[in-house]
Amino acid sequence: MSRRARSLTIETPEGVEFSYELASPVLRALAWIVDVAAISVLTKGAGKLTELLAPLNQDWAGALYAILYFVISIGYGIALEWRWRGQTLGKRVLRLRVVDAQGLRLQLSQVVLRNLLRVVDMLPLAYFVGGISCFCSRNAQRLGDLAAGTIVAREREPYVPDIERIAPAKYNSLLAYPHLAARLRTLASPDSVRIAVQALSRRDGYDPVARLELFEELAAYFRSLVRYPAAAAETITDEEYVRSVLRVIYGSQ
Amino acid sequence: MIIDLRRFVSEEQAYWDELQSVLAKLEADPESRLSLDGIQRLHYLYERCSSDLSRLDTFATEPSLRAYLDSLVSRAYSLIHETRAPVKLRWRSVVFALPRAFRRNFGAFRLAVAVTLLGCAFGWFALHIDPRNKAILMPFGGLLVPPSERVAQEEKAREDRLKGVKASFAAQLMTHNTQVTIMAMAMGLTFGVGTLVLLFYNGVILGAVATDYIAGGQGVFLAGWLLPHGSIEIPAILLGGQAGFILAGALIGWGDRTPRADRLRAVAADLVAIVGGAGVLLIWAGTVESFVSQYHQPVLPYGLKIAFGLCELAALSFFLGWAGRE
Repeated sequence: MSRRARSLTIETPEGVEFSYELASPVLRALAWIVDVAAISVLTKGAGKLTELLAPLNQDWAGALYAILYFVISIGYGIALEWRWRGQTLGKRVLRLRVVDAQGLRLQLSQVVLRNLLRVVDMLPLAYFVGGISCFCSRNAQRLGDLAAGTIVAREREPYVPDIERIAPAKYNSLLAYPHLAARLRTLASPDSVRIAVQALSRRDGYDPVARLELFEELAAYFRSLVRYPAAAAETITDEEYVRSVLRVIYGSQ
Repeated sequence: MIIDLRRFVSEEQAYWDELQSVLAKLEADPESRLSLDGIQRLHYLYERCSSDLSRLDTFATEPSLRAYLDSLVSRAYSLIHETRAPVKLRWRSVVFALPRAFRRNFGAFRLAVAVTLLGCAFGWFALHIDPRNKAILMPFGGLLVPPSERVAQEEKAREDRLKGVKASFAAQLMTHNTQVTIMAMAMGLTFGVGTLVLLFYNGVILGAVATDYIAGGQGVFLAGWLLPHGSIEIPAILLGGQAGFILAGALIGWGDRTPRADRLRAVAADLVAIVGGAGVLLIWAGTVESFVSQYHQPVLPYGLKIAFGLCELAALSFFLGWAGRE
């Protein structure tokens, strides 16, 4: 049984809950690959810069390169996560963000600590220790995150389906009853709405019999939530009913 | 329960937009201060949006709106409920961060010193019982030469063997020693075992080298060679060990009933101050090791080098012990 949670929910003293969707170790690994590429570009840039200075003084150019290499390797994550409020280039691309595990403001000390402790998470190679820790900890934290009190969260993309494509505008008999439409919006679960959106998006790919059965089941579910007058609901097919339900839920006319 | 979502959004949108703009302003400039009216307004907007979010919970099929309000409430929560002071990079707070953190956690430093001294004793003992152990204990080949022979070579040298590489050598020393210090702190995550091993190992090498040179009658050379940089470098690595033991202490708890996450949160700033301060000390130590320590009598008299090292040690002790006292 996995102890890992998919999200971290925080309850405020006012009794309101908000949540962060936790980033999976795989997403974090992809962000890390982008960051490694960015670090290598920066260090190569530092190398080119010091090559230009070498004719002036080979020794000082070598010293500058050694220091720049070290500062870039250690400071990349610290500088970007502090400047970009918890994001490096890789995290930005993958829409991830380091946040405080208690929902409070991310502190500089937390950013520095989680980045310095990376040396242990990277042992013995390729983030083996950090990866194991991510898989084992409840909130997918590597050791640096555990010590700094941070988590890596996914920035949520608002899910807005292309309702005009999957349910083109037609006369919608369900909208003639606003109080029932409001009740339907309240009672329909997000999962069932998502399934209905998927079913309508892929309708042409289904076997005809399977398609009939699927929409029959979905229509039966939505009908069980709110009982519309027969004149509004019984003269349309199951698929048409599901389409009308989606237009009600997403507020389309 | 929300009956009419459109009406709900049109009525509340202005408050969400206002909260969004206040948050953006405060996040862009964390040091900015709100007036009392501004604070009261922020609190009102936060409570209003929180209430909207919980009302929206009854309206589960609005994921995009919920995500938007979730984000507004979480950002406002992080500002309103944060009790830690925002970071102010003033010169006094930066300079005194190290000595204050050092003194707050002096027990961990004493432990780091004790473990290193234990390692030194082991190094002395290992060489005392069998001088052939030198081949195993010495970290690099240059130290395998009998001390008297090395001292004679160094004092006879007419050419600067570091000519043209002094700056690179200094940079290597700085980065390597800083990595060791960071590792000494990070190994605190192994409940202090890794930090303990690292400090003990450093102590063994130090003890073995000291025993070898003192037994060979080259104690003055050893002091002149090690003190100019070692009086800063060794304490800096001990500071890394101190940070490691602080981290281990927060992990273990030792009868402290505070949750582990809170214990770690409480020491985070001290760890960063100690390791950051040690990093700065190591920049100085690396420069001195490359530009001063490698030059011996007659170029630089031993007395001068020893006095220089002792002055550095005294200055560092004063800084760590007294700087920033309130």
